[in-house]
Amino acid sequence: MDAKTKKELQKTACKVRMGVIEGTYNAKSGHPGGSLSISDLLTYLYFDRMNVDPKAPEDADRDRFVLSKGHTAPALYAVLTQKGYFPEEELKSLRHIGAMLQGHPCIHTPGIDMSSGSLGQGISAACGMALAGKLDNKSYRVYTVLGDGEIEEGQVWEAAMFAAHYKLDNLIAVVDNNGLQIDGKITEVCSPEPITDKFAAFGWHVITMDAHDFDSIEAAFAEADTVKGKPVAIIQKSVKGKGVSFMENQVSWHGAAPNKEQYEQAMSELRAQLAGLED
Amino acid sequence: MADVIKKATRESYGEALRDLAAEYKDLVVLDADLAAATKTGIFKKAHPERFFDCGIAEANMMGVAAGLASCGKIPFASTFAMFAAGRAYEIVRNSIGYPHLNVKIGATHAGISVGEDGATHQCNEDIALMRTIPGMTVINPCDDVEAKAAVKAALDFNGPVYMRFGRLAVPVINDAATYKFEIGKGVTLRDGKDVTIVATGLLVNEALEAAKVLEADGISARVVNIHTIKPLDRELICKCAKETGLIVTAEEHSIIGGLGSAVAEAVTECCPVRVVKIGVNDEFGHSGPAVDLLKEFGLSAENIVKTVKANLKK
Repeated sequence: MDAKTKKELQKTACKVRMGVIEGTYNAKSGHPGGSLSISDLLTYLYFDRMNVDPKAPEDADRDRFVLSKGHTAPALYAVLTQKGYFPEEELKSLRHIGAMLQGHPCIHTPGIDMSSGSLGQGISAACGMALAGKLDNKSYRVYTVLGDGEIEEGQVWEAAMFAAHYKLDNLIAVVDNNGLQIDGKITEVCSPEPITDKFAAFGWHVITMDAHDFDSIEAAFAEADTVKGKPVAIIQKSVKGKGVSFMENQVSWHGAAPNKEQYEQAMSELRAQLAGLED
Repeated sequence: MADVIKKATRESYGEALRDLAAEYKDLVVLDADLAAATKTGIFKKAHPERFFDCGIAEANMMGVAAGLASCGKIPFASTFAMFAAGRAYEIVRNSIGYPHLNVKIGATHAGISVGEDGATHQCNEDIALMRTIPGMTVINPCDDVEAKAAVKAALDFNGPVYMRFGRLAVPVINDAATYKFEIGKGVTLRDGKDVTIVATGLLVNEALEAAKVLEADGISARVVNIHTIKPLDRELICKCAKETGLIVTAEEHSIIGGLGSAVAEAVTECCPVRVVKIGVNDEFGHSGPAVDLLKEFGLSAENIVKTVKANLKK
């Protein structure tokens, strides 16, 4: 990836993180930790990877995206505002009565391909979309993002079997491996490890990447492009709360909103990061 | 009775899918390792490229159906009612109902007439579960003709539909040449003034038999077939309530939450009359031949007659 592209992505990811903080602060609830850990990934997908057009959100040939870990909708909403699907102002009414932006993704929101958030279900829908693409000989790809806690759901492995059986090589599932879930460390709650071995055993091509390094992200997806006859699982090593110092690696920030003071501090940190990226 | 043709509605389901495939190019069929029993095997044989076995994984099957529907396919997700409405309930609610996707659920082996397999497989709760999902259409056909018409109507309808089919061969009571099916419209099969018997599924035939017996005893019973439990034909039900008073409902389903409950909910608002429910009481079934079980649980013309007589006296 050239330096200019990388810097642009970094800047956009920083704005996405600001959107996450803006949204959860105004909602007085929501899930900033896991939203921040996927902010770089979603920025890469929407700004460097996926064939999508905010002017034609229903285009039959577009790439599809399903946020299986739907509780991290603030990151998706923030990236959609950056992409121009709807105004950034919408983030301020996230989770409010009468607002467009629901607590978890809803298919009726522009740019959202599937309602999701009840964990384990998004990957099944993504399998259905990938199968439809195969049936219609379409070249679109389907991307889905799962939490590392989410994969404790049995349905994920039903879907994993299905995707491998039907050779859905147009499906890429990213597991956001930040190591934390609501009740604590994933290895202490009811461990889904070894994650890479499990997906490999289910017949997937498995790639690991650094979730916060765009070169690593690009390399992982480039490798995914070469895979034929198998679905691809990318296990991204991430930091929950990434980008906001006091949220990083803190399980308490899984599902809590910043107060006024914390909001100011988070925004000030992110503004500083953004300024550091300006030439 | 020797000339009565009997056929299980699951058979009608498989045949209808096969026969409609040419006309509906987006129709695809999913099953969860029960194609021989749900009769989607009939479709698979004719159109193998549009049939996808999901294995014994109903939750994923419902999600896959949702994804297919979001891309313009019309998937028929097929398995036993127990697993479609029971095991996969939350996936049906959140991945199909909430986004209001065009998924058709073909649920076979509904009710007590599953027979020998016993309580674990006798789903008497599916209508109750499915009708609580906003925007879900719930259809319970009574015979071969109605089942086939329901599949066609579901294909022409944009939105999620739950269709309930039986394992047991039941009499064909409708005439394929003249039968017209409309989602949400009840069918008055016989007029009467003393009582309305509102039936669904295989109890419709029993209701008709009961009405004949009642007539011989001087009781004029109206028989209404409610194939669509949601949306319920409230207009027709309320008209019956006003005209005949007493309503007796009959269904192969729990008396909690099914047709009887839906009818009672409607009449309490428009014309409160007594509604007496015949169905499976608040208990599990058990193993046995289907026909014997139906008798034992009171899902019979005999019990309808008895119930009508007992309640007309009150």
